[in-house]
Amino acid sequence: MKYPKNGRFGEFGGKYIPETLVPAIEELEENYLKFKNDNSFKKELDYYLKIYAGRPTPLYYAKNLSEKIGGAKIYLKREDLLHGGAHKINNTLGQAILAKRMNKKRIIAETGAGQHGVATAMACAALGMTSEVYMGYKDTIRQKLNVYRMNMLGSKVHPVKSGSMTLKDAINDAIRDWITNVETTYYLLGSAVGPHPYPVMVRDFQSVIGKEIKTQMKKINNKAPDYVIACVGGGSNAIGTFYPLVDTDAEIIGVEAAGHGLKTKMHSATLSSGSKGVLHGMMTYLLQDKEGQITETHSISAGLDYPGVGPEHSYYKDMKRIKYHSATDKEVIEAFLMLTRTEGIIPALESSHAIAEAMKVARKGKKSESIVVTLSGRGDKDVEEVQNYLDKHVKD
Amino acid sequence: MSKIKEKFAELAANNQRALISYIMVGFPNEKATIAAVRGLVSGGADIIELGFPFSDPLADGPVIQNASTVSLENGTTVSKYFDIVKKIRKETDVPLVMMTYTNILYHTGYQRFIAEAKKAGIDGFILPDMSIEESKKYIQAAKNNTDTIFLISPNTSKTRIEKISKISTGFLYLVAVFGTTGAKTGIKNYTLDAIKDVKKHTKGKIPIGVGFGVSTPEDVRTYVKAGADAIIVGSAYLKLIEKTHYDKLESKISAFTKRLKKQTTL
Ligand SMILES: Cc1ncc(COP(=O)(O)O)c(C=O)c1O
Repeated sequence: MKYPKNGRFGEFGGKYIPETLVPAIEELEENYLKFKNDNSFKKELDYYLKIYAGRPTPLYYAKNLSEKIGGAKIYLKREDLLHGGAHKINNTLGQAILAKRMNKKRIIAETGAGQHGVATAMACAALGMTSEVYMGYKDTIRQKLNVYRMNMLGSKVHPVKSGSMTLKDAINDAIRDWITNVETTYYLLGSAVGPHPYPVMVRDFQSVIGKEIKTQMKKINNKAPDYVIACVGGGSNAIGTFYPLVDTDAEIIGVEAAGHGLKTKMHSATLSSGSKGVLHGMMTYLLQDKEGQITETHSISAGLDYPGVGPEHSYYKDMKRIKYHSATDKEVIEAFLMLTRTEGIIPALESSHAIAEAMKVARKGKKSESIVVTLSGRGDKDVEEVQNYLDKHVKD
Repeated sequence: MSKIKEKFAELAANNQRALISYIMVGFPNEKATIAAVRGLVSGGADIIELGFPFSDPLADGPVIQNASTVSLENGTTVSKYFDIVKKIRKETDVPLVMMTYTNILYHTGYQRFIAEAKKAGIDGFILPDMSIEESKKYIQAAKNNTDTIFLISPNTSKTRIEKISKISTGFLYLVAVFGTTGAKTGIKNYTLDAIKDVKKHTKGKIPIGVGFGVSTPEDVRTYVKAGADAIIVGSAYLKLIEKTHYDKLESKISAFTKRLKKQTTL
């Protein structure tokens, strides 16, 4: 959907927000609509994306991995090569430039894996602004490296000790900060979630991924890919990958975190097993109990450990245009190691969910078919977590 | 006429403003909730807000967040909440307002949830994350059943104040400060200005209740003098409940309520 009327993708989305935030959200939408087609804004963003962040990113044919599996060809969209190590910088540059033009001096953000926090800290440092980042306490421990990076980049990290101490609670506290400091503060949300216009704005900033894929595949194959795969936490790298390709014939698959398995409660597969509800300003699929209380989630990857999902994904799920599958922690570790060893590329645990699915699809696919997987980030931040997992679960 | 509207009419006739007292049901347990409500009633609370806990209370500060967590850990469910409301209803007919978040109603379905709440004895709802833009089905479901109390803020535009005051029933909840519940910002001039401003726009068609960060009799007096029709006290009650032994709870709550209520006579 090009621009959601009334902020709704079909029945999903909207703005369920405290009244204090309404003027801020209205100001944001007004400015976003004004600047998104403004030539000087586009030029500045384009400059930073190219010269600072390193766009366009390559589309790499993973020959060794493809041959090892022996089915369809796997191509990796290398968002892991971007400055900061993840797709998050596409969005933070866009929003930070917007915030600057709105004369907002103080930037706040939430982060799960820490990648959005790092990307926010970088964009703010580059543009001469300051930032404060809310991060679940549990995530500050398992993604400690990123906490150090944010500190060094001049960002203040607030560990959040309420609720499940993960991404969902970091968003709660960021919203509370925004309510308190609404007149001076810009909330730089890191995924395609939240009240309108965030889901559409974040999608637009991330759509550079899918647009490049379209052009690059055309050069390679003279057509769109047969399959497109990305991991889904809040859904920003996925919607940025998918949206420019929804009008092609590609089969599109989003991959959620199945954690210990969908039959357990230890997962974050919102679209695969959730129900409709209202959280963080949006109506969307959620993981909740029979009373409407949001349930605690689990994923080996902090960036997918979230009980909600961007409303546009809910829309495409119900429309049946996009399929949503999931990968368990175990499959993810296997995919992580497989890509690392066959291609010499260490993927983020989040992205490894997409790799796991791509391996399944490739196995069943024909040699003439092509699969594009968005490698949303690099895995340096995760090597300790993976080593711990291996020490615990693998005998030798 | 709704019970809340009747209450405001009765108070106005006696030259009084309303004291609205908030507690979280199930904090720290059901027994304490019942005792606290008895204290509120004997102390003279005009309307009682009964919080229902939500896992993600994003408009609440640490005090109500903690109360929500404790209440949920104690197993507060919608049906237990309604049972408690029914028990309270046997003892008093003070207007009761349910304060919670949109998802709790959305999940069951607005129609069914509101019908059950009304049957239990709830007279109105406050949902801090329900904006007027998303409220159509909610309002339809509540029509002729319960009041739907909407919130405004010191930064709400004139045109929005007019829109919201037309939709809101029972009263209009003016969030006193930029912040979450329990904010310790003290009295702000912008709040006093907002009260005057809002009154000018609503022209007495709907009472204005001021809440968030109101904790002392002095605060109550200041807002009464500024023209508020109702004053809402919440976190201060929860702090008192937290530090008071069960045996003394009813009398302490009653005494605190009396001190607050005293300030609402003109
Ligand atoms: C590398 C990487 N991929 C994916 C995600 C998930 O976010 P989203 O679903 O918004 O792309 C994160 C979030 O932290 C991430 O760091």
